[in-house]
Amino acid sequence: MVERIPILKIGDTLLVTIQVDFHDRLALALQEDLTDKIVAHSSKGVLIDISALEMVDSFMGRVLGNIAKTSRLLDCHTVLVGMQPAIAITITELGISLQGIHTALTAENGMQLLNDLIKNKSQKVTYGRKIARR
Amino acid sequence: MTNDTINSVTSILRTAHKEVLNEWIEQLLKDPNRTQAVPESSLRTSTREFYDLFQEASKNGNLEVSSSDWDPVRNMLTELSAGRAMQGSTPSETANFIFSLKQPLFTRITKELGNSSTQVAATLLEFSKLIDTLGLYTFESFQKTREAVIRRQQKDMLEMSTPVIKLWEGVVAVPLIGTLDSARTQIVMESLLQAIVETSSRIAILDITGVPTVDTQTAQHLIKTVSATRLMGADCIISGIRPQIAQTIVHLGIDIYDIPTKATMSDAIKEAMERTGFKIIRDFASEKDR
Repeated sequence: MVERIPILKIGDTLLVTIQVDFHDRLALALQEDLTDKIVAHSSKGVLIDISALEMVDSFMGRVLGNIAKTSRLLDCHTVLVGMQPAIAITITELGISLQGIHTALTAENGMQLLNDLIKNKSQKVTYGRKIARR
Repeated sequence: MTNDTINSVTSILRTAHKEVLNEWIEQLLKDPNRTQAVPESSLRTSTREFYDLFQEASKNGNLEVSSSDWDPVRNMLTELSAGRAMQGSTPSETANFIFSLKQPLFTRITKELGNSSTQVAATLLEFSKLIDTLGLYTFESFQKTREAVIRRQQKDMLEMSTPVIKLWEGVVAVPLIGTLDSARTQIVMESLLQAIVETSSRIAILDITGVPTVDTQTAQHLIKTVSATRLMGADCIISGIRPQIAQTIVHLGIDIYDIPTKATMSDAIKEAMERTGFKIIRDFASEKDR
C-alpha cells in the first residue's frame, strides 16, 4: 500500500497539506490524485501548504510546477503557501521556474488569494504575484 | 657545530648579558622604521624576556627552532607579534625586533672566538640561521594576527551592511549598501526571507541607492532575491534606481520588466502603502499651527 497525501475538498477548493516526508513517489501520486480530484469535483482552486517541508530538490520543484500547469488546463488555480526561507532560496538557486503557480505567506492569505482568483478579480490581487520568469 | 663552540656562545650570552641587551635596545631605538606604537619600557621588558628565554633554550646546544626546547621562545614571540599587530606596529618594525639582535651578538662572538676564523664563520652561520628562523616565525605570527583581524572585520561588515527594517505593518525594507556579490546576496536573501516570515509581510522593498554599480551579475542577484521573495508569497519592489543605473540596465539589456521598480524609496513606500490598503493623508490644518 503506497502512502498517500490526503486531499480535502472545501467548497470549490481543494486543500492539500504536506506533513510527511515528501519523496518522489509520493509527489507523483499526489499529482495524479490531485488531477483526478479536480476533475471529479470540478474544483476551481487548489491550496498546497508546504510549511512542514524542509527539503526540496529539482524533481520536487518540477512536480509542483507540473501540478500547477495541469490544474491550469482544468481551469483551476494553484496557490502554494508557507514556503520556508531555505526552500525559497534553494528553488531560486536551482533555477526551477514555478511559472503559473501563485504563492502566499500563510494559509489564510492563500485562501483569500484563491477566492479572489476564482472570482476573477486577479487584477486587484496585489500580493502573491505569479513567479517571474528568471 | 661542536658542543665546545655552543658552550662558548652560551657563556658569551651569560657573561655579556648586559652589554648585548643594551646594544640590542639601542639598535631597536635607532631603527628608522620605528613607530611610536611600542613604548621603550615595554621594549626593554620584551627584550629581556626574550633574551632570558633564548639563553635557556640554546643552553642544551639544540638550535632547531621547531624542537620542544624552543617552545617557550616561540610562545613568547607569538604573543609578542600578536600584541604588536593589534597595537598597529609596522611589519618591518616587528621583524626587526629579532633581526637587531644579530649585530650585538655577532660582535661579541667575533671578539671572543677571534683566534679561529673558520670557527667564527661556522658559529656565525649557525646563529644567523637561527635568528633568521626566529625572525620569520615572528613575522608569520604577525601576519596571522593581521589576517584574523581582517577576517573578523569582513564578517562584521557583512552583518552590519544588511539590516532589514520593518517599515509598516506588512512592509519590510532592505537598504543595500556596497557592492552586491554572491556572498552578500545570500545573506541579504536569508535575512530578508526570515524577516518576511517573522513580520508576515506582503511587501519587501529593496533599495539599491547605495549600490555603486549594477552589472549583469548584480542584476542576476537582484532577480534571484525577488524570485525567492515571491516564492514566499510576498512581493518585491526595487527602489533607488539612479539615472545612470537605469541607463546601464537598459544598455546591458537586462530584463527586469516584471519587477516593479521605483526611482526613490518614498515612491516605493507610497506604492507599498497603496497595495496594503493604507492611505497617507496630509493634514493642512495641523501644519498651519506649527
